[in-house]
Amino acid sequence: MPELRSIDAIRDALRSELARDPRVVLLGEDITVGGPFGATKGLVDEFGEARVRNTPISEAAVMGLAVGAAATGMRPVVEVMFMDFITLAMDQLVNHAAKLRYMTGGQLRVPLTIRVQGGAAASFGAHHSQSLEAWLTHVPGLKVVAPATPADARGLLIAAIRDDDPVIFIEHRALYWTRGPVPDGHDPVPIGRAKIVRRGADVTVISYSRMVGIALEAATRLADEGLDVEVIDLRSLAPLDIDTLIDSARRTRRVVVAHEAVQHGGVGAEIAARIQAEAFGELDAPVLRVGAPFVPVPFSPELERRFVPDADDIAGAVRSTVRRPSAVPAG
Amino acid sequence: MWLIRAFEEKVSEMYARGAVRGLIHLGIGQEAVAVGACFALEPDDLVVGGHRSHGHALARGADPERLLAEIAGRASGYCGGKGGSMHIAATDVGFITATGVVGGNVALALGASLTAMSRGGGQVAAVFFGDGAAQTGVFHECLNLASLWRLPLVFVCENNGYAEFTPLSAHTVVAELSAHARTYAMPTRAVDGNDVLAVRDGVRAAAALAREGAGPSFVECITYRLRGHYEGDPAKYRELAELAEWKEKDPVRRYEAVLAERGALGGEDRARIERRARDRVETAASAALAAPFPGPADLMTDVLSRPAGA
Repeated sequence: MPELRSIDAIRDALRSELARDPRVVLLGEDITVGGPFGATKGLVDEFGEARVRNTPISEAAVMGLAVGAAATGMRPVVEVMFMDFITLAMDQLVNHAAKLRYMTGGQLRVPLTIRVQGGAAASFGAHHSQSLEAWLTHVPGLKVVAPATPADARGLLIAAIRDDDPVIFIEHRALYWTRGPVPDGHDPVPIGRAKIVRRGADVTVISYSRMVGIALEAATRLADEGLDVEVIDLRSLAPLDIDTLIDSARRTRRVVVAHEAVQHGGVGAEIAARIQAEAFGELDAPVLRVGAPFVPVPFSPELERRFVPDADDIAGAVRSTVRRPSAVPAG
Repeated sequence: MWLIRAFEEKVSEMYARGAVRGLIHLGIGQEAVAVGACFALEPDDLVVGGHRSHGHALARGADPERLLAEIAGRASGYCGGKGGSMHIAATDVGFITATGVVGGNVALALGASLTAMSRGGGQVAAVFFGDGAAQTGVFHECLNLASLWRLPLVFVCENNGYAEFTPLSAHTVVAELSAHARTYAMPTRAVDGNDVLAVRDGVRAAAALAREGAGPSFVECITYRLRGHYEGDPAKYRELAELAEWKEKDPVRRYEAVLAERGALGGEDRARIERRARDRVETAASAALAAPFPGPADLMTDVLSRPAGA
């Protein structure tokens, strides 16, 4: 299987969909020169300025334009240069993209993909580092995906562009240059399905995006201590693949949810509540969460390092789920 | 115009007796903008409205019964009762959507015009918005972007003098909103928004430019709403003398006078047109109110293309 970096897998997905479907159009700041990280590099030369459109720094207008274009038959892909800037486009995203299908009784659909890039890495500070996915998963009518590997980055982006609903595609900056195997062909990865990336019997760690790799690192360490950890990559935050999560929770009886976003009010809170509501009697410990502290993303490299949860944090949470006495008799 | 007037007076009456609920924004007094503009557009053009858009949808040819059913929250409404007065869509007649967020619709219309441009063939988009929207940030972003990309779009500004409860002069020192469009190097014209022929001519010229590939234009229509901001708003923020002055400029009566002067409309014709409009609306209202509400299963449909997996 060929290996690609995530950034190249993303570009490969964009290229294949631009070539496949004339309704696909890319919109974003500086994308004709590749954007800050090169995700769209060279695409304007292949597809022209009518389909790879450099926009002014006007997030609200560009997002609204994309929603209106999607609702009238196109398949726009908007690049929001930093996830933090999605704040400027929230009316268009939350009030319009998410609701047009419902409010019009299905007369309209909004096949729109929004690529956002974020995460706390390399000291970009509080306005260029946030993980705001919980805001988006809270809105009915939006789909949210967050790949952890190059293969999923390409497959989920292809799925998002072919999807008939608005999909927010979350890219983690720190993963852009990580290589990984990518299958031949351009098959989509279905939205709404989690993936068990490490089988284990003792504790389940549920994660997504960059934190999946860190969870795997923690699992490797814990294996040395005799703990067999299962790691699930959610891939899709909305809709959630709740069946896979509940099934794993029932098998391991202990669950930790880990994400880089602040723990308070995060995606992990919903997952913990769902698992506890549906499998309470089969759990040996409360579902624990690992997330960033409830502060803005700090600038100083030393503070940023402390802000982002690491393998020690995840391992610690896993250990504490097994140290707890069983809430109910086993069996 | 009579159909819109009769329709909205019926909605007002239905609201007063509790047959219609919610926030209802009527455009009584502004009919000439809707009719003049839509008359200047082609059937396959793409129109986006705002929160005060019953008239725009009707002027595009929307079915009064399905529209009234929507406003009354019935399953037979255009949106199955899920949209309501502020979220009308009648895609069968090219009325793409309305919106409850002032200014939000302008950006949607940009997208419709991008679709039109990419299709080729001279299709254009038009968007109706009020003077209040001109103070939003997204409005200015949109003027810039539409002009930059030469999008085939007609900005139809319905300047009715009031943003909700506040006169325009209390929200901006810019006396002519079309000045904003000139800033972005866009052709603009200000027209008497209560003169249906002036609106038609203004929008027709703007649409022609858009069809030729000359980009967007801005048509500011000076008008006035004869009702409050929404039904139930007593509109105590304006002088009765001002209201009386604008009632004299009623666009329906004015156009009747123009036609009468040309010998194209006799007294009986006038009465017949009004009666026909009112009859049509009465029939639509009876059917709409007799229609069932959406059922429990309808609550969860039309959220996503596939049922939510969560």
